[in-house]
Amino acid sequence: MKTGRLFEAVKDEANRADPYPLYARLRETPVSRQDDGTYVASTHAAIASLLHDPRISSETLPPSERPRTGNPLSDWIVNPVKNHVTNTHRPFIFRDPPDHDTLRGAVMGQFTPQRVHAMRERSHVLVSELLDKQAGATRIDLVEDLAYPLPVTVICEMLGIPREDEPQFHGWATQLASALEPDNLGNAEARAANITTFDEISTYMAGLIKEKRRHPQDDMLSGLGGKAGPGMGEYDLIATAILLLVAGHETTVNLIANSMLALVRHPDILARLACEPDLAPRLIEEMLRYDPPVHFRTRRALNAIDIAGTTIPEGADIVLLLASGNRDPAVFEDPDRFDPDRPDIRHFGFGGGLHYCAGAPLARFEAEAALVALAQRLTHPRLVDDPPPYRPGAALRGPKHLRLAIDGIAPGR
Amino acid sequence: MSDGHAVVVGASLAGLRGAEALRRAGFAGTLTLVGDEPHRPYDRPPLSKAALTGAVAPEATLLPNLHALEAEWRLGIAATGLDRQARRIRLADGATLPYDRLLIATGSRARSWPNPAEAGLVGIHTLRGRDDAASLRRALAAGPKRVLVIGAGFIGCEVAASCRALDLPVTLIDPGPAPLARILGQPVGEIVAALHRALGVDLRSRTKVERLEGDASGRVVRAVLGDGSSVETDLVVVALGAVRNTEWLHGSGLDAGPGGIACDEAGHVLDTEGRPDRSIAAAGDVARFPHPLYDGRPVALEHWGHAVAQGEHAGRLLAGAASGAAYAEMPAFWSSQGSITIKSVGLTQGADSMVFAQGSPKEGRFVVVYGREGRCIAAVSFDSARWLPAYAERIAARAPFPPIRGGTDEHSLAVLAPDFPEERTAP
Amino acid sequence: MSDLSSPPTASPPLRVTVDLNRCQAYAQCCYAAPEHFALHGREALFYDPAPSASARLAIERARVSCPVQAIRVEEPR
Repeated sequence: MKTGRLFEAVKDEANRADPYPLYARLRETPVSRQDDGTYVASTHAAIASLLHDPRISSETLPPSERPRTGNPLSDWIVNPVKNHVTNTHRPFIFRDPPDHDTLRGAVMGQFTPQRVHAMRERSHVLVSELLDKQAGATRIDLVEDLAYPLPVTVICEMLGIPREDEPQFHGWATQLASALEPDNLGNAEARAANITTFDEISTYMAGLIKEKRRHPQDDMLSGLGGKAGPGMGEYDLIATAILLLVAGHETTVNLIANSMLALVRHPDILARLACEPDLAPRLIEEMLRYDPPVHFRTRRALNAIDIAGTTIPEGADIVLLLASGNRDPAVFEDPDRFDPDRPDIRHFGFGGGLHYCAGAPLARFEAEAALVALAQRLTHPRLVDDPPPYRPGAALRGPKHLRLAIDGIAPGR
Repeated sequence: MSDGHAVVVGASLAGLRGAEALRRAGFAGTLTLVGDEPHRPYDRPPLSKAALTGAVAPEATLLPNLHALEAEWRLGIAATGLDRQARRIRLADGATLPYDRLLIATGSRARSWPNPAEAGLVGIHTLRGRDDAASLRRALAAGPKRVLVIGAGFIGCEVAASCRALDLPVTLIDPGPAPLARILGQPVGEIVAALHRALGVDLRSRTKVERLEGDASGRVVRAVLGDGSSVETDLVVVALGAVRNTEWLHGSGLDAGPGGIACDEAGHVLDTEGRPDRSIAAAGDVARFPHPLYDGRPVALEHWGHAVAQGEHAGRLLAGAASGAAYAEMPAFWSSQGSITIKSVGLTQGADSMVFAQGSPKEGRFVVVYGREGRCIAAVSFDSARWLPAYAERIAARAPFPPIRGGTDEHSLAVLAPDFPEERTAP
Repeated sequence: MSDLSSPPTASPPLRVTVDLNRCQAYAQCCYAAPEHFALHGREALFYDPAPSASARLAIERARVSCPVQAIRVEEPR
């Protein structure tokens, strides 16, 4: 296959279960131009360099264009205003400094170590409850039974979203997360669906934030609700709340499911984790290297960039192929081996630079609670399908289902 | 050669990391570490910050040991002489130590107040070692009426900021036009001045302390300034920089003096004829070596990261495991003052131009880049550390100045003169 | 800390140092071990260089989760 078509193959669902051989081919050219004009950075050094380069912009979303309705009031007044609002109040994952820093700073002010630690305790309880529910089962779907409900409950509790409203977020979150898949950005239909979803979820959030202002509680939305003002307007606040909710829904599920998949494929390590739970922190860092939840992020070049023998022209789209940097043999010895004893793992599992995953500490605690309990409680887990069926995304990549045959579930400790 | 007797003189960061590197590289002989302080190697950066505010006890700062050393420690005993013909080191207790490979990492000490009688007054402090920090911490905890810090370099600025964190009145005096201006230039120095004034520091730039006066009991009571005015103070911190510990090498035939010990590119020490002695390497503050990034200009760097990197380099060199490549680590340091973190990569010395590249000086969050003859030589961030790696790459590549245009959050890129004050000395 | 506060059998503390040149204030250590790492302002990391041996797992979480691998730890032998 020609180098200029490799990334096309990465996006092809046929390669979802194992894109790593394609990444190895891509790394032969650290920054390679694809036939569609996109530049793919695939080595550890190139990705690290670009993540810290101020000429890389995260403002990559195409402008919002609400479809014509035939109603002149909507088409000439209401929708253009809504489009303008959407375009100027993107969530901080799609913003550059200084706006990014202001918005992120407000979130981090609420995302305190104390709050995250409370959720760590809570994760253990939730994992126990979710596994208890499966008592007596001989087959579980790890995604539906644990990897999805755990982070959803955790993010909803952190933010302060009423439990009874949780179910409606599933569809919204999946739809909005598709904005991270490059092919959906150019697709008018997908964009229109995103805009409709965004309007629905915005209306919900606006109402919820109003409610939080009236009756503040000890949760992040109540805290952020008081923050609207210079630098953090009402619309920024809504966009930020939506981002946190979607991010909490769509990423940790992959971390837990990808981890369990790797562990079931490495039963010796799974057995070791069961009797040596202190291995979990190291094991999770190795997972974030070996098979991370987010495989790539896109950026745009604000100016021409000379890197690794290539010149990325101004305005070009750049793919930071994080999961490929994680398998770079120049940095990691025997990179395709899953080895929790690996020293000094400098992975891109949570990205890096300014946009380093804001929820990383929460994801780590949730994964630790889930993996240790799974290792200790599932008796003899086997994969029903290997490879398992994957969700469509190439950027946010993980199993759609992870069916495990088991001989039983031991009671919680 | 993997046996024999290796001696490391200087039991601080560079010496420890050097000794570990020797072992890691396979050196299996006898290893002795000599230190003039009675303590195992400890970390200095907290001593001017967390140790002064009481957040960390000075004696809690022992450095982690990262590789089994199997070493003999001679602590509390200074080395007093080096006989290269006999390959022997003389110690203060009269003993001698034979070596067949030697790492010199004797570092530097605080420059004391030039008038010995005044320096001997009770209440005059310097800050270099752990015992200094413990003594200064006790004095600060006792609630002095006003602290006077003489010298607005990094240590002086950090001490002043720590005093404010303790809500102590503090006066910071420096003959230069602005704090840190000798290293960062005047435009950045002005920002540091504003930062300290906002912390509540009584900053007096372009001011000299003429003399220190004590009361009948020998306790300091005031400082008389160059303009004849005076500052009432009961606690003085003299922060006038460091003096390299090379006196013990007098008579060794090595090219050693106040500027440090001359080394070649690889890190071997040079004799007064410029010939390398391949059984001896130097590392850390005390080593003056030609830096390849700066056209081989000899530099001696008092940076934490440099002590680690050059210590490890020297350890490998003495173990015979070095690649032969010149030591070329990118200089880097940090300082935190109040809640602001200043970080630097490269060397600003000799810069003829500078730009505020990114961020907002007004909001105290920015990156400054320094250039010399059209090339990028250094970058400094205030609370913007995540951009520095991009600039470090450009410095290593000797990229044209300014190196990055059209980035996010770009400042004006208007080229300014750094305006280093005249009396600038080597860093 | 006085000798009275720790029982005679208490293990010696861990030894921790952070390469603050490398540190970019990702603050992962502050979440992993909030009693031993804290940010002052945006980027100034303060840390406990001698955490008690009972904090071993929290310190391990901090060490391994550092995105720039700036934390070095020695465990008592």
